Amino acid sequence: MTIRVHVTDREGQLHELDAEPGWTLMEVIREAGLPIEAACGGCCACATCHVYVDEDWLGRLAEPSEEEQAMLDEAFEVRDNSRLACQIRLDESLSGIRVTLAPEF
Amino acid sequence: MKPQDPIRTDMVIVGAGPVGLFAVFEAGLLGLSCHLVDNLDRPGGQCAELYPDKPIYDIPAVPVCTGQELVDRLLEQIRPFEPVFHFRQMAERLERTGEGHWRLTTSAGTVLEAPVVVIAAGAGCFVPRRLPLPEAERFEGRSLFYAVRRRADFAGRRILVAGGGDSALDWLLTLEPEAEEIALVHRRDQFRAAPDSVARMRELVDAGRARLIVGQIRALEGEDGELRAVRIRTKEGEIVHPCDRLLAFYGLKMELGPIAGWGLELHEGLIRVDTEAFETNLPGVFAIGDICWYPGKLKLILSGFHEGALMAQKAFRYCRPDEKLVFRYTTSSSELHKRLGVRS
Repeated sequence: MTIRVHVTDREGQLHELDAEPGWTLMEVIREAGLPIEAACGGCCACATCHVYVDEDWLGRLAEPSEEEQAMLDEAFEVRDNSRLACQIRLDESLSGIRVTLAPEF
Repeated sequence: MKPQDPIRTDMVIVGAGPVGLFAVFEAGLLGLSCHLVDNLDRPGGQCAELYPDKPIYDIPAVPVCTGQELVDRLLEQIRPFEPVFHFRQMAERLERTGEGHWRLTTSAGTVLEAPVVVIAAGAGCFVPRRLPLPEAERFEGRSLFYAVRRRADFAGRRILVAGGGDSALDWLLTLEPEAEEIALVHRRDQFRAAPDSVARMRELVDAGRARLIVGQIRALEGEDGELRAVRIRTKEGEIVHPCDRLLAFYGLKMELGPIAGWGLELHEGLIRVDTEAFETNLPGVFAIGDICWYPGKLKLILSGFHEGALMAQKAFRYCRPDEKLVFRYTTSSSELHKRLGVRS
């Protein structure tokens, strides 16, 4: 089963992307060619895959680790629904998830 | 600045990450000596700066090692070739000399001349992440800083430090005695800085000598580059914090920087090279590792090692045009053993 991911870019444009189970959200966004820097390549060592997760979906995700929180410290415009996309691993239960790319910095 | 006498060498390597370090080895086997330039204060590039403690599993014959272990082992491997490092400086200018060599000038004024320049700069150089506010530029260098260059800029001032890591807390503790007043702003009441620094910061806060604001910077206020106050969003709403110095630590980011203006042919922000020698459109200037691009390129450390080996073959021809290059294995060659310092 493919997983559907809805991503709103920084211009407000909505993109509907398909992912395979086991991909991270960052990988789906990057592979679709959307502007997500993901400088460290997904090892939770930077904050350049910062996204806002739609409130309806936030509760279905595992809590961010202390490592992810520490990296979010280096992001800007951090909100309660801020996450690093590389730390969200997709499975069927997350099909339909909605996220918005945080401002670049 | 008075122009310095250039340092002459065979190969100048821009970037002291794993690929730049291994290039020293491959060049060294061919008898070439190297100088390396890096904007960080130590070798290792992303391995040392971004993920020193994270495991790497795809280095051939090393089932697992951390980023820092990889760097340490590479440093040990290249020690016989006595590379010279120029840290805390950015490779700024590249020019052709009259004798057909390359002259590279760094941000610290170091001038290096060599027949060969190798760009192994990964994703670019690490620079402090700037405050992404449109008004920030007006204050930068006058009342908004991303590093402390001169302590005098802060003495007797009302300072706001932003961040939760070691840089933020170390500078808060260092500047507190000489500040008029000092405050720390961080987005949460948890800090990744060393526990001892966090404890000392909390003591200052409890003693009323420093203020801790949990929140995020929203806007800067002031005129003519002089900061008057910072607007901060907190859980309780937006507050206006009066201050005249802001010291912001939001980590480092990577950018191509001055290399972009060297006349190199680029492909989507990466340097286009041939796959025979990893040479750029400028003869004698090579690019290896994550910063180079060719069809099929993979950003893997092991690819960078391979690129370095092939680069060195052609680099030798620029450095020793009158000598014949004989291909030899480290296993059997007494010549290579001598260069490696091995007693055979």
